[in-house]
Order: sequence, then C-alpha cells, then structure tokens
Amino acid sequence: MLSKKQARAFFLGGTLVTFLVFIGLTVYSLSLSQDQSNHENITESVVRGKIIWEENNCMGCHTILGEGAYYAPELTKVIDRLNQKYDGQGEEVIKSILMSEVPWQPNGRKMVAYSMTEQEAEDMIAFFEWIGEIDLNGFDRIVSPLAKDKINN
Amino acid sequence: MKYKSQKVAYWFFALSMLLLVLQIVYGFVMGFARIGLDNLHDFIPFNTARAVHTNLLVVWLLSGFMGAAYYIIPEEAQRELVSVKLAYVQLISLAVVGVVAIVGYHFNYWEGRKFLEIPRPLDFLVVANVLLFLGLILVTLFKGKRRTTTALVLSMGLLFAALLYLPGMLPFDSQVTDSFFRWWVVHLWVEGVWELIMGGILSFLLIKLTGVDREVIEKWLYVIVGLTFLSGVLGTGHHYYYIGVNKIWLIVGGIFSALEPLAFLAMALFAVNMYRKGEKKHPNKLALYWTLGAAIVSFVGAGLLGFAHTLPQTNLYTHGTLVTAMHGHLAFWGAYGMIVLAIISYALPNLTGRKLYQSTRGRAAYWLSNIGMIGMTVAFGVAGVAQVYLERKFGMDFMQVQGEISVHFVVLILCATIFTTGIVLYVIDFYKHGKPNDEALEQTID
Repeated sequence: MLSKKQARAFFLGGTLVTFLVFIGLTVYSLSLSQDQSNHENITESVVRGKIIWEENNCMGCHTILGEGAYYAPELTKVIDRLNQKYDGQGEEVIKSILMSEVPWQPNGRKMVAYSMTEQEAEDMIAFFEWIGEIDLNGFDRIVSPLAKDKINN
Repeated sequence: MKYKSQKVAYWFFALSMLLLVLQIVYGFVMGFARIGLDNLHDFIPFNTARAVHTNLLVVWLLSGFMGAAYYIIPEEAQRELVSVKLAYVQLISLAVVGVVAIVGYHFNYWEGRKFLEIPRPLDFLVVANVLLFLGLILVTLFKGKRRTTTALVLSMGLLFAALLYLPGMLPFDSQVTDSFFRWWVVHLWVEGVWELIMGGILSFLLIKLTGVDREVIEKWLYVIVGLTFLSGVLGTGHHYYYIGVNKIWLIVGGIFSALEPLAFLAMALFAVNMYRKGEKKHPNKLALYWTLGAAIVSFVGAGLLGFAHTLPQTNLYTHGTLVTAMHGHLAFWGAYGMIVLAIISYALPNLTGRKLYQSTRGRAAYWLSNIGMIGMTVAFGVAGVAQVYLERKFGMDFMQVQGEISVHFVVLILCATIFTTGIVLYVIDFYKHGKPNDEALEQTID
C-alpha cells in the first residue's frame, strides 16, 4: 500500500517534471523559428490598435482569436468578412462604426459609441489586419464566415 | 473556534457574501441584455457588467480562501495568528482595492484583458495586499507548534497563486504572446494552484467532519494534488490550440486535458469514501452537504464538462462560443464556490456559538442554489451547442444566431432566479448567526 512519503514524492516529482516540460515547450513554441503570427509585421500602428482594444475592453463583448465574451461577433478576420458583405468596403464600415457618435446596433443589440478619431480607427484596422494574417491552426477557416478562402476561390 | 484570532475569518466571509450577491446582480444585467432588455446600456454596458461579474467572482472566492486560511491555519498550527491588527489592515485594503477596481470599470478604467481587467497601478496594490496576507499566514505556520500537510498544501496553493499573478503583469506588443501568458495566470490558477487551496480546505473539513485519521486523509490529499498538477500544468495547452502558436499544443493539450477529469474524479471518490469510512457523526450536516457537494459537482462541472470541449477536434468548433460559459459556470460553482460555502458553513457556528445547522433554510439554500446552477448550465449548454451548429456548421450570421438562441436565455434567467433564491437564503442564514464572539471559544464541536 502506498505510504504518505511515496504520495508526497509522487506529488513533488510529478509537479516538477511537468512544470519543466511546460517551460521547455513554452520556450520552443515562442521561439522565432516557430512564429505563426508574423511578428515582424507588428507596426507601431498595430501596437496602438492593441492598446485601444484593451483600454476599451472590447473583449468584454467581442471575441478575438476565439477569446472574449460571446456577446458580439468574433473579430478575427473581421475585415474579410465585412469586405464580403459590403462589396469590398469593409475598412470603411469598420471606421464608421468606430467613429460613430451614436451606438451602432445591429439587430437591436447596442455597441458603445466610441467616437474614435480617424487615426484611432485606422490603428484599430491595422490591428485587425495583423490579427487576420495569423496562422491559427485551422480555426481561421472555421469561424463564421471567415471568408478569405471563400473570396479567393 | 479554539483561538481568538480566528474571528478575523468571519469578516472575510462577510465580504465574500456581499461580493457574491453583487456578482449575481451583474449576472442578471447581462442575462437581460441578451434577451434584448438592455435599458442600463448607458450606465452599465455589457462589457462593464461582464468585467464586474468575473472580477467579483475572483475577489469573493479569494476573500473566502483568505478567510478559510485565517480560520484553518491557527487551528492546524496550534497558535494564535501573529498579528490580528495586520489581518484587519489586509481585509480593509482588499475591500478598498476591490471597490476601486469595480467602480473604475464603470468609467472605462481597466485593462481589457479577460479576467485580468484590473488596471496596472492597482495590480501593484493587489500584490502588496497578497504579500501581507501570505506573510501573516506563513509566519504563523512557521512559529506554530506543528506543521501539518493540510496547512502546507493550503499555504503552498496560496503562495503559488500569488506568484502566478506576476506573468499577467508582463507587457507584450503581440496579442498572441499576451494571451499566452494571460493563461499562465488564469489556467494555472483555476486548474492548478487553486485546486491545492481547494484540496487543503477539503482535507481540513473531512478531518473534522468524518473523524477519519489525519494520516489517511493527508496521504490521499497528496495523491490528488499530484494528479492535478500532473494533468493540469500541461493541460494549459488546451488554451493554446487556436490562438496562433505551434501545433504541438494540440497534442500536448489534448492528451493532458483528457487526464484532467481524473484528478477531479479522484477528489470526488476520496471525499465520498472518507465520508463512508468515517465513524464520527458530526452534527453539522450542512457543512457535510456542501463539502461532499463541492467534490461531486466539481467533478461534473470542471472535470466532465471541461473534457467535453477540450479535445482539439471539438474545440475547433466550440472555441469562442457559449459552450465555454456552460463549462465555466458549473466548474467555478462546484470547485470553488461550493468549497468556500462549505468552510463558511462549518466555521460560522464555531465562530459565533450559534448552532443553526438543523435549519430548513440552510437545506433549502443548498438545494435551490444547486438546482438553479445546474439549470443555468443546461441553458448555456443548449444555447452554446445551437450556436456552434448554426454559426459554425451552417455559416449563419452571428446576430441572426443570437436571435435564434435568445429563448434559452429566458430559461437561464428563470434558473438564475432559483439559484439566487438559494443564495439569498444562505446569506440570511449567515446574518442570523450573528457576530463572532469570545464566548464561542469553549463551545466548538470539533
């Protein structure tokens, strides 16, 4: 029968080994050679976009890379999706939503009116463009109707 | 209660109760918004309600864990807390940081990173607060007459929880890396070190309630927390499938996530077996209900429902849908909500000297809150699965799908009302126990 000492050794040993493997995998998957996010394309504008994204807690309603609050649409590939819907005018539509002074409310569900400046809206678009190019291991093709493949075909 | 300084736990529990009630209020704000009744939009838009709802969850649970530690550690270490005054300072500063953060969320003062919305300057205050707490607990333990495994596991959980808050404070330009390290905090908390805290509290309660030998309970405690880390650390991989990092996580995350339910199963079997083995008939049946309930519901909510969508093949479709909310609600309720309510149910009669554990109100609180939460989980599940099929399989527009599934949110609100009734009864019970007092010192039933 297992003794308390053996049980403790199992706990400490198991934890140490899995944690070391975890650190190793982290270093490996974040190394430059394994980059799937086109890290070199992160411009100052993309970074400003990310800051605006965080300062307004956009993730509190939307999702991005599948993470967020499921109350408003997924915004990975949002430009492609709106391009398809509005005849290639995706970026213009996004700009007008972000710069609008009255709440945008598709199907009655309200978004906060952010009244962004043109520069801020452009930074957001740069951020979405960068996000849209990330290799998401297949998820990019699943999220409805993330349309790059559809448009190109 | 055996030591006067344990009384400080009462106030942490009281803060917990207050924040739990507030959390539910903000949950209703979101529920109503989802069926089109968002009249509060100008004051509490959805993203505010959401941030408040999840952050209140974290703070009421933390406050409950801290209360549990202030109650358990003196008894395990067999001495008074090193400083009661500092413990009160810590309580007040925790409440102040919490309130400032919550109020700030209503004025766009936040960081917009799911679960870690607390803005950076306040993060430093959180760190200072937690350091003070840890200092008090660890010094008490160090100076104590004995160092039990239960106390060590509980303290280790609290210490690691504090350390793991730090990766969440690192700044990154890339959304991918940002998200990657955000999960170091969130996942390694809830599927790692918080389970140490849960295990520590569970073992303390089982020792007290069942009378089974400490050595036996603590041996199995090691096995369970061992299984938790063995599966949970690499199980973090299930958050990395589709956020823009290497495919290796699909394999690692898939395999180790599939093992995660085992730890919860072991915990449930352990609790039930200790109960059956125990010959002691402790009069506090309510505490026993909550304790066994926590072990069993956490297996269903965290273990089984988590497993239901951590296979990479399934998660490809369910990632970023309401299926996550389904799992999240029952998991947090079972694993952490119920264990905090269990330790409160056990400690309260001992702190106040009023033994209200035969009350119908207490039983009704238990059953209504559990039935309500299970109903809510089913409502989220049905909505989530419908969303997956309509949106991801048939390519329907997001808002059109939201219209189709809004009926399930009516059911959600009805079930949430049952849940809330249970919680209100629990809070009334808490209030009826009165304040902690020194007369309770001699009356504790161990």
